[in-house]
Amino acid sequence: MSEPISSTSKFTVTPKTSVSVLFAGDSGDGMQLTGTQFANTVAVYGADLNTFPNFPSEIRAPAGTIAGVSGFQLQFGSKPVYTPGAKFDVMIAMNAAALKANLKDLHRGGIIIACTEGFDEKNLRLAGYNPEAHPLEDATLSNYIVFPVPVLQLTREALRDSGLSAKEIDRCKNMFILGLLYWLYSLPIETTVNMLHAKFGKNGTVAEANIRAIKAGYFFGDETEIFANLGRFDISPSKQHGTYRRVTGNEACAIGLTAAAKKAGLELFLGSYPITPATEILQTLAKMKKWGVKTFQAEDEIAGIVTSIGAAYGGALAATNTSGPGLALKIEALGLAVMLELPLVVINVQRGGPSTGLPTKPEQSDLLMAMYGRHGDAPLPIVAAYSPVDCFYTTYEAARIAIEHMTPVICLTDGYLALSSEPWKVESGDNLRDINPHFSPERNPEDPAFLPYKRDDRHVRPWAIPGTKGLEHRIGGLEKQHETGHVSTDPDNHELMTRLRAEKIEKIADSIPLQTLDNGPEKGDLLILGWGSSYGAIKTAVEQALEKGFSVAHAHLRYMNPFPKNLGELMGNYKKVLIPENNYGQLVHLIRDKYLFAPVSFTKVKGLPFNEMEILEKITDLIKEH
Amino acid sequence: MTDIDTSLASRPPLTAKDFASDQEPKWCPGCGDHAVLQQLKNVMPELGVPPENIVFISGIGCSSRLPYYMATYGVHGIHGRALPMASGLKTSRPELSVWVATGDGDALSIGGNHFIHTLRRNIDLNVVLFNNEIYGLTKGQYSPTTKVGLKTVTSPSGVIDHPFNTATLTLGAGGTFFARAMDRDGKFLRSILARAAGHKGTSLVEIYQNCPIFNNSAFAAFAGQENKDETTVYVEHGMPLVFGKFRQKGIKLNGSTPVVVDLFKGDVSESELWIHDEHDTFKANLLARFFDDPLTVENFLPRPFGIFYAEDRLTYEDALEAQIEVAQELGEGTLEDLLKGDNSYIIK
Repeated sequence: MSEPISSTSKFTVTPKTSVSVLFAGDSGDGMQLTGTQFANTVAVYGADLNTFPNFPSEIRAPAGTIAGVSGFQLQFGSKPVYTPGAKFDVMIAMNAAALKANLKDLHRGGIIIACTEGFDEKNLRLAGYNPEAHPLEDATLSNYIVFPVPVLQLTREALRDSGLSAKEIDRCKNMFILGLLYWLYSLPIETTVNMLHAKFGKNGTVAEANIRAIKAGYFFGDETEIFANLGRFDISPSKQHGTYRRVTGNEACAIGLTAAAKKAGLELFLGSYPITPATEILQTLAKMKKWGVKTFQAEDEIAGIVTSIGAAYGGALAATNTSGPGLALKIEALGLAVMLELPLVVINVQRGGPSTGLPTKPEQSDLLMAMYGRHGDAPLPIVAAYSPVDCFYTTYEAARIAIEHMTPVICLTDGYLALSSEPWKVESGDNLRDINPHFSPERNPEDPAFLPYKRDDRHVRPWAIPGTKGLEHRIGGLEKQHETGHVSTDPDNHELMTRLRAEKIEKIADSIPLQTLDNGPEKGDLLILGWGSSYGAIKTAVEQALEKGFSVAHAHLRYMNPFPKNLGELMGNYKKVLIPENNYGQLVHLIRDKYLFAPVSFTKVKGLPFNEMEILEKITDLIKEH
Repeated sequence: MTDIDTSLASRPPLTAKDFASDQEPKWCPGCGDHAVLQQLKNVMPELGVPPENIVFISGIGCSSRLPYYMATYGVHGIHGRALPMASGLKTSRPELSVWVATGDGDALSIGGNHFIHTLRRNIDLNVVLFNNEIYGLTKGQYSPTTKVGLKTVTSPSGVIDHPFNTATLTLGAGGTFFARAMDRDGKFLRSILARAAGHKGTSLVEIYQNCPIFNNSAFAAFAGQENKDETTVYVEHGMPLVFGKFRQKGIKLNGSTPVVVDLFKGDVSESELWIHDEHDTFKANLLARFFDDPLTVENFLPRPFGIFYAEDRLTYEDALEAQIEVAQELGEGTLEDLLKGDNSYIIK
């Protein structure tokens, strides 16, 4: 274990409430690892944070090109932060392409720490800069504070006699950067040091070399004069004491499903097929065998959902996860699940569409497919998560509704939530709402006949699983006779069953919470009705708008179908309702259709999430119009 | 989860009738499906499994109506997806006896992808594939097993698709059990179904099933009293391949080439013939290639019936259970462990 290090105190230390940092480099530069380590340090330090990786869709795009740039953005602060930052304050540019690809999103006056070796003639050419006009030297960056640092050379010097090969030494350059940033933001190096010891325990040389590189970066900041004018920064820890973990949205979905299965006393079964950006849910659950989780990597999306329906028939909490194109393939089977009235959770991690679209970019454009994309009248409940941590709670709620109301449920997240992470104060199982499966008990031959489609007052049918004596029954995709479940083509019966299936979904509104306001006055000029991953941007923008004295409130929907019972009334308390969406206008259709008024639609379809500045600008425009 | 009572000792013995549901079969009179249903009902009491632990899963097609007629648990699913539905159920509940009723369209056309992947995984399912070489429910279009040249409503000039050979497809996909039987050959079918039920792994039983309406006599070459002895060979483990009305013909391997020999000539004895070995994958693959049409091929090889191949291989669900067992060696994970994770940190 290394002894704690500290800075000489010759530099001024400026307190800050929040900072957004981008680590950008070539996909081979280890930026995801560097960003993750920085995030872990910040988390353990006790600041709030929100992270977002941004990597190319190609696994190995040509080195040095814009296409090959990989980034990791995070915002951390002494107050709650809800987004990785609309723009960043600091950019680490490991090469010229990283600078070129991201400069537009750096705040004017922001800090650039550039690894000079990534700005040689070849790198400048690959990035599309004119090699005659060096961006670190000419006027390109005159609006920013630039620190060119020969990171590679300094790392090599520091590790000259480390016993590592030249290639291994060069790979430590991101640790040098990490050390420099720890110094700049007055953060401890111990979290990373501990991780290195844990990871390379058996190979002391590698761990020690990496630690030496971190320290070299740290002392470089402290000992050279280049940061003399800037000084250092400090973000005071803000988190309440307690046990925390950091989760991405995809991890949170996986944990949510497993927790729901445990709470309900069921086995979790996930039938799945890999698809970006939903795959980590399958990967995370495949590692959860200790909790008895069964994952089934199917031959295609269809088998992914159909194996799950089979497991649901057998009494498991069954789920499948996918993204847009995969949901399209599952739709026929989803209709079967509606007809069979079996519990099933379908997690759809939305991405840019249609077709292959923008596989690595987030979008909120599957809401209408979730709502209407089935043959026949086949309504089902839809919930949507609003933050990485909320992916846990929303997935858990999807499972609760599925099990207690015997229906497939679609849980919408998106590529932004899936890969973003934030700290989560560890939840206690006791705080989670109970989930009660209603299994039918055994039946004796003298008992009345078993009626698989006899409904309770919520229109919910019993769950009669194989292995239960006396309940042998047959169900299928053909229309059922009311109560008996026998095949029926009777016209009146079909109309009755269609109505009962629809009412069953509508009645779920009785068991979900009423819509609450996230922020703002109970009556006023403007309500922003958001859903999904735009939460952080809207939340931040509304806070700023309220500070400006605007009469604006924010409500964020989790229950997309059925809507909370008071939603219409709540919206009626404002002169205008604004619906921002990362699609071409979808929730706005549902709201108009149900409540017969015209909300203001605000759409963004760029494969990028909203940022708070865009929302604030829109709020300002609408309030002014008013 | 309900505890499963696998003991039937305390109950009156079951008969085929106990496995008939209250629904009247709606298949056409004379359809081969009736005969298969009867043999399935006959074989059920022999399994020693209580009816509540038996599940029939099907897709779409005439034969896929079968679950409605069995007094067991059952799901009539969607077209082509019977195998994944059964796979999910069996993986989740390995203690159940899971049967699949499917057809040539359901299993080999729309469900073709699931067919090959189910076989390679070797999930312990009993798959009964009703092959009538036609689409019956949609009224007579050709299927992936229809013979070349057959004129149907969608092939008015004759089928030009080369048909699938279910046997080679099954073995090619890594299947561990393949058998072929004829719908009207009740006793034999019943014995094959019993063996399929006993096989641990995916057992694929292809049944030549006559559709009297849209493809009548498709299998006449192998079923007619006047010719079947000469066109078929019934294989039995450890026995030589002998056929013919007077058991006058045998099959001998010349290297890897099967040839039909005349046993009455006296120059070849039965001991020199191909001895059937269910566990020999090489011979099973050769046997599966016996796919001649006796009506068009001279010196044809007879069509084999019986169990071609039976391999004892670890099933998917057992392998998964074993992995879970290892993961739970130090105890099953609790809800609190799950929520805490292994990367938590404390802020003081």
